[in-house]
Amino acid sequence: MDAVAHFFQSIPYDQLVIQTMNGIVTGMILALVASGLTLIFGIMDVVNFAHGELFMLGAYIGVLVLASTGSFWLALIIASLMVAILGAALQIVTLRPLLGRDPLNTILVTFGLSLVLQNYALWQFGPSSRKINEPITSHFVLFYLEYPWYRILIAVLSAMIIGGFWLFLKYGKYGVWIRATTQDRVMAQAMGIPVPWVHTGVFAIGAAMAAASGVLFGPLVGVNHTMGLDWVLKAFIVVVVGGMGNLAGSVAAAIFISLLESYASIWMSPAQAVIVSFVVLILTLLFRPTGLFVPTPK
Amino acid sequence: MTIAPINKPMPLNRAGLSHNAVFWIGFCAVMALLIVAPLVLPEFWRRFLTEVLIWGLLAMSSDLLIGYTGMISFGHSAFFGLGMYGAAAALLLVSPPNLWLAIGFGLAGAAGAALFVAYFSTRLRDIYFAITTLIFSQIFYVIIFTWTPVTGGENGLIFTRPHFTIPFLYDVRFTTSSVHWFVLAVVAASYLILRRVTRSPFGMVLQSIRENEARTRAIGYPVERYKIVSVMLSGLFAGLAGVLYAIQNEFAAPDFVYFLISGDTVIFNVMGGIGTLVGPIVGAGFFQLLRELMSRLFGDQFPYLIPLGLIFIVMIIFLPQGLLGFARRWLNR
Repeated sequence: MDAVAHFFQSIPYDQLVIQTMNGIVTGMILALVASGLTLIFGIMDVVNFAHGELFMLGAYIGVLVLASTGSFWLALIIASLMVAILGAALQIVTLRPLLGRDPLNTILVTFGLSLVLQNYALWQFGPSSRKINEPITSHFVLFYLEYPWYRILIAVLSAMIIGGFWLFLKYGKYGVWIRATTQDRVMAQAMGIPVPWVHTGVFAIGAAMAAASGVLFGPLVGVNHTMGLDWVLKAFIVVVVGGMGNLAGSVAAAIFISLLESYASIWMSPAQAVIVSFVVLILTLLFRPTGLFVPTPK
Repeated sequence: MTIAPINKPMPLNRAGLSHNAVFWIGFCAVMALLIVAPLVLPEFWRRFLTEVLIWGLLAMSSDLLIGYTGMISFGHSAFFGLGMYGAAAALLLVSPPNLWLAIGFGLAGAAGAALFVAYFSTRLRDIYFAITTLIFSQIFYVIIFTWTPVTGGENGLIFTRPHFTIPFLYDVRFTTSSVHWFVLAVVAASYLILRRVTRSPFGMVLQSIRENEARTRAIGYPVERYKIVSVMLSGLFAGLAGVLYAIQNEFAAPDFVYFLISGDTVIFNVMGGIGTLVGPIVGAGFFQLLRELMSRLFGDQFPYLIPLGLIFIVMIIFLPQGLLGFARRWLNR
């Protein structure tokens, strides 16, 4: 019994609370990235390898707009819009010709896009990371730590964007189009829905969500050209764990994995904490290959 | 194996030579050129050619998955890197360093990684397979990168090149030309083995998995087992490429376990032509040549991956058979 009591005493409760907050904040950002990814996959069977690069470009555009106008919110909106337009253009030029070919071609093309975009960013902005200043600098006291309100704001904003998007899917006219196309592409076409444009639109929305999360996340870490790959990897894990093409599952998986990683970082370095999400992935693949947060398939 | 392959007589081409004869004539001609190459090329291009062969072997190994089994691996850097670190372990731990031990250790390392990846990833199909191989290769990267006491972390490991030995008979120091010949011999042998494998009944099953997995399973083949074996086989040859790279460059670094190497491997395949085995080597040569050309023309800092990435995208859309497939179609016209 002594050992058990000792174990409970040795748990750092204050750190647990702090890491729970951190986990939820990064989880919400990750959910924002992953929901774009899972949406694009669900509707057109495209795994968007370049999603992380859209995230990264969003952050860079945010840096530039913030530097010229000084307004964080303007940066957020302009970055989302510009990346949405870029995403639509990329979809029309590279993915549309591949419609009807083996879906593996699309992962190759988006991989090529990510290569080009990442190296463009490196070439244009250089290897050193840029900083986005937080729009709100006030803190509140959490144990011995001054916890920034901005982080709470990120979580709330991400939740609002995802929630708004969910409502749009549920009740908006074009949202119904998107759901119809996801369910049955051919039937939707027959009912007069312009399926190719729905695809383009969804790609643009996903890109905008990635860009928005890039700008929101920018103040927490620096903005540099390699941030895309780290995030797309995490988002891939989330999408597989949450069940491909499943929006609610991705959100749940994003928060779950981020929480686990935050807790793990109490005891190990952040670089090693990544292994926790890998372990979750392996266990998911072993026992529930269709995803943790989906109903058991019949 | 329950079904014997259909033994059709080889179709004849216009000149009246069988395909087989044409193949062997072509093979010998290319081999002769590559054997003579180090004698006439300057030092830089000699090394360049050797490296192209090594990248070609890596690409060829991944072609077994992409072109024949129909699974795109974005994780070949793990096998390549484990091959490298395996060779490094043998060369650093055993003295005097032994070439064959290095190859053995490298293959064992790659086989371990491949078994791990194969066991988990083959539960998933298509895109899911691609993603999980990528994620698994990152696991190995993180482990190698952070386990500094053993792997040297960011700095990697440095060792000296072993002698070329035939046990009890022959022992000689490697020169840049003899490294080239050794690499050439290994790559050529690997090519012939892989060619044989893809034409064997086993290879036919792999291709039928590519064409129609559900039907292959319905006929009664244990598809998962075939997939695991093909990933293992592919991983072994990728590991062999890693060993060769380690021997040529006398170091092992975590950069070579990183995703970028896997990405390059896929690019080599698409550029050269998937499902051809030779194509990926051509693709590797094409890629490295363009890269070298661009850095000579525009300076070292030039982001060569931007134009190469654009070429890659254009090729997927308009030239999905790759250079070799295109050339073949053009020749047959």
